[in-house]
Amino acid sequence: MVFKREGRKNDEPRKIIAKVGIIPRADGSAYFKIGNTEAYAAVYGPRTLFPRFKQDPTKGILRCNYNMMPFSGMGNRVRPGANRRAKEISMVTEKALLPVLDLVDYPNSVVDVFIELPQTDAGSRCAGICAASMALADAGLVMKDLVCSVGVGHIDNTLLVDLDYDEEAFDGVVADIPLAVIPRTGEYTLLQMDGIIGKEDLFKVMELGKKTIGMIYEAQKNALKEKYMIEPVIAKKTAQGGIKNE
Amino acid sequence: MNDDLRSHMLKTLEKGLRYDGRKLDEFRPVSVETGVIKTAEGSARIKIGETEVLVGIKTEVGTPYPDSPDEGTIMVGVELLPLSNPAFEMGPPSINSIELARVVDRGLRESHAIDFKKLCIKKGEQIWILCIDICPINDAGNLFDAAALGAIAALQTAKFPEFDGVTINYKKLTDVSLPVSKVPVEVTVWKIGNYLIVDPSPEEQELADGRLTVATMEDGKLCAMQKGGVIPLTIEGIENMVEIAVEKTKELRSYLGGN
Amino acid sequence: MSELLVKSKEIAVPGEELAIGMDFLPSYGTYRDGDKIIANKLGLVHIEGKVVKLISLSGRYVPKRGDTIIGDVTDLLMSGWRIETNSAYSAVLGMKDATSEYIARGADLSQYFAIGDWVVAKITNVTSQKLIDITMRGPGLRKLNGGRIIYINTNKVPRIIGKAGSMVSMIKDATGCKIIIGQNGVVWVQGEPEMEIHAVETIKKIERDSHVSGLTDKIKIYLETITGKKLEAQTQKYPQK
Repeated sequence: MVFKREGRKNDEPRKIIAKVGIIPRADGSAYFKIGNTEAYAAVYGPRTLFPRFKQDPTKGILRCNYNMMPFSGMGNRVRPGANRRAKEISMVTEKALLPVLDLVDYPNSVVDVFIELPQTDAGSRCAGICAASMALADAGLVMKDLVCSVGVGHIDNTLLVDLDYDEEAFDGVVADIPLAVIPRTGEYTLLQMDGIIGKEDLFKVMELGKKTIGMIYEAQKNALKEKYMIEPVIAKKTAQGGIKNE
Repeated sequence: MNDDLRSHMLKTLEKGLRYDGRKLDEFRPVSVETGVIKTAEGSARIKIGETEVLVGIKTEVGTPYPDSPDEGTIMVGVELLPLSNPAFEMGPPSINSIELARVVDRGLRESHAIDFKKLCIKKGEQIWILCIDICPINDAGNLFDAAALGAIAALQTAKFPEFDGVTINYKKLTDVSLPVSKVPVEVTVWKIGNYLIVDPSPEEQELADGRLTVATMEDGKLCAMQKGGVIPLTIEGIENMVEIAVEKTKELRSYLGGN
Repeated sequence: MSELLVKSKEIAVPGEELAIGMDFLPSYGTYRDGDKIIANKLGLVHIEGKVVKLISLSGRYVPKRGDTIIGDVTDLLMSGWRIETNSAYSAVLGMKDATSEYIARGADLSQYFAIGDWVVAKITNVTSQKLIDITMRGPGLRKLNGGRIIYINTNKVPRIIGKAGSMVSMIKDATGCKIIIGQNGVVWVQGEPEMEIHAVETIKKIERDSHVSGLTDKIKIYLETITGKKLEAQTQKYPQK
C-alpha cells in the first residue's frame, strides 16, 4: 500500500491548543494539545530539595516527571507507576528544557515539573515538553527562551510533520524523530529517532519541521500573554473618564 | 496544627459562615462533563470549585474468580498525582490514595450499581473487567466527593469496545452501554469542633477533626460509609452527619445526566 | 539605528526581542544578545528612558534583606527557631533577635515561640547560599494571635499595600479588620467574621485585577457596596506608614 496523508498537508501539524495557568495550586502550569494528544504540566518550586544529599550548592536542579494516565493509551490500560519508557522520557525532557533555564539563583533547591498525559495519539513527549516550557515561564523562572517540540519523520518516501499513531504504525519504512528547538537560535535540545531514514532525508525533514516549530511558539506565546493581559475592553468600560496611566 | 488558627475558624463557623463566605452545608459550583477522554471507553471531568478530577474507564477481558465464575468485576484506582497538590509525592500509592480508591469502590460495589453478571462473556472463562482510574488535576479540597461523582458519571456514559472473542478493538466502541443500574453518590461530611460542613477547602480539611463519607442510592438507602479522622463520633453526631450527607446527595445527583 | 520593539505595560515572554540597537540598556528580566535586548522571563515591560526592564508577574517569593515577612515556626533549634518563609528557603530566628528579654542558654524556647506559631519578622540578612536571618526586634514585629492566614501572589503585594499604604488602609477602614501583609505573599487578617470575609474577598479582587487602571477608586466603590459603609475620599487621609 502506498502511503498518502489524508486531511492535512505533509508539513502541517494537527490542531494546536495551548493554555496557561490551568492548575491553580501549582506555581506555574500549562496545557498543550496537538490533535488528540493532550498534556498537562505543573511546576512546583523552586522549593527545598530532599533528600539533602541530592542538593547542588551551586544551583537549583530541574526534576521532570512524565506520566501517562492509566486511560491515556490507544490500547490497553497503562499500568500506573514508573516504567523504563517513562523514566527515559522524563530524563530527555529535563535535558530538552535545561538549556534555556537559569537556576543559579536557587542553590540547594529543586524545580519540579510534573507532566501528565490524559490522552495520547503519538507525540506525547513533544506535547509534554511544549506544556512544560510554558509552565516554567508561568512560574516566573529565569529562562532565555521557550522550548518548542514536535515530531517529524517519514513514511516510505513521504516526509511528514507531526505523525499520529496510525501513521507511526503504518506498514512501511517509517521513521519518527521527536525534536525540541530553542526557537530564537534554532538549536536542538531534543533529538531522538525510531526507524530508518536516509541522511539527506533527515535534514530535509528537520527543515520541514521549522514551520510547525514557529506555529507552536506563537501558540505558546499567545497563551502566556493571554493569561496576564489586561483586557483592554474591560479597562475601557470600567475606568471612569477613560484609560489613565497609573 | 495551630490551635489559634483553628479556634479562629470556629468563630466564623459559629456565625454559620465559612472563610470563603459559603454556608456550612453549601457546595462550591459543581460541573460534570463526560466523554472528555478519547482513549477511554468512558470518562468524566468533575469540577467542584477549583478542584478538578479526571476519571477514565478502560475495559479489559480477563478470567473470572473461581468463586464467581459468571461475574465480571471492577477495579478502582486513584493516583494522587503530584501535579495536583504540592504535598503529593511520586512513588507507590500512598495510604490516602488507597483509602480514596477503596471508598469509591465500595460505593459502586455494595450498591450493585453494576450488574456483574452482565459482565460475563463466557462462564468460567471470559469476563469484562472495568478499570476505573481517578486522577486529580487540581486538588483544592474534597477529592472524595469529586472522585465518586466522576466514577459514576464516567460509568454511566461508557460504551463497550468491539470484542471478537480474542482481541479487543479499542478503536471501535459499540453502542452498548455498561450495565449500570443504580446510581450511588457520595457526600462527605466534615467535623470541625462542633460544626459540620460539606465540600471543604484545603484549609478546612487540614483543620478538621474528622469526616464521614456516606454513599447513597436513588431511593435514599445508604450503600457505603467510611469514617475518617481520629476523633470519636457520638450516635447523635453520626445521625446529623448522615442526614446532611443524604440531603446533599440529592444536589450532587442532579448534576448527573439521565436522572 | 536603535529601535524599541515593545511598549511599556506590554507582556513579554521569555525569548522575546524587546529592542534592537546599542542605545538601549538591558536591566532586570532582560539580557543582551548581540545588538538585541531579549526577555529572560515572563513580565510586564517597563521602559525608563533608555533602560528596558521587566516587572515580574509570577513566581515564588525571593527573600530580600529588609523585607517584612509572615511565617510560621517549623522547628526549635539549639539557639533559635526555624521559620518557614513561603519561599524555597527557611529562615533562622536567633535567640538574641527574638525578644528584648535576655534568654538564658538552655531555656525552653517553646515558651517564647512554639511550633505552629505565626510571626511577623524582618529579614536582616540573606547570604549567597540563601541562608536567611530574621529578627523580631522592631516596630510591628510580633507573634500573631488568632486571625487567619491567606496566601497571595507575592508579585502583587505592592498593589495590595497601595501607594503609601493607601489600599490596605482603605480595606482596614471599611472592614474594621487588622491586616498585615508580608512581602512574602502571606497575609494575616483578623476581625469580625463577616468583615474578615469581605476583607479577604477584596484582597483577592485586587490580586486578580491588579493591572486594571483606576483600581483604587473601583476598590473603594466595591468596599462601599459590600460593607454598606461610606468611605472618605482618598486624599491625604492615609499618611505614609
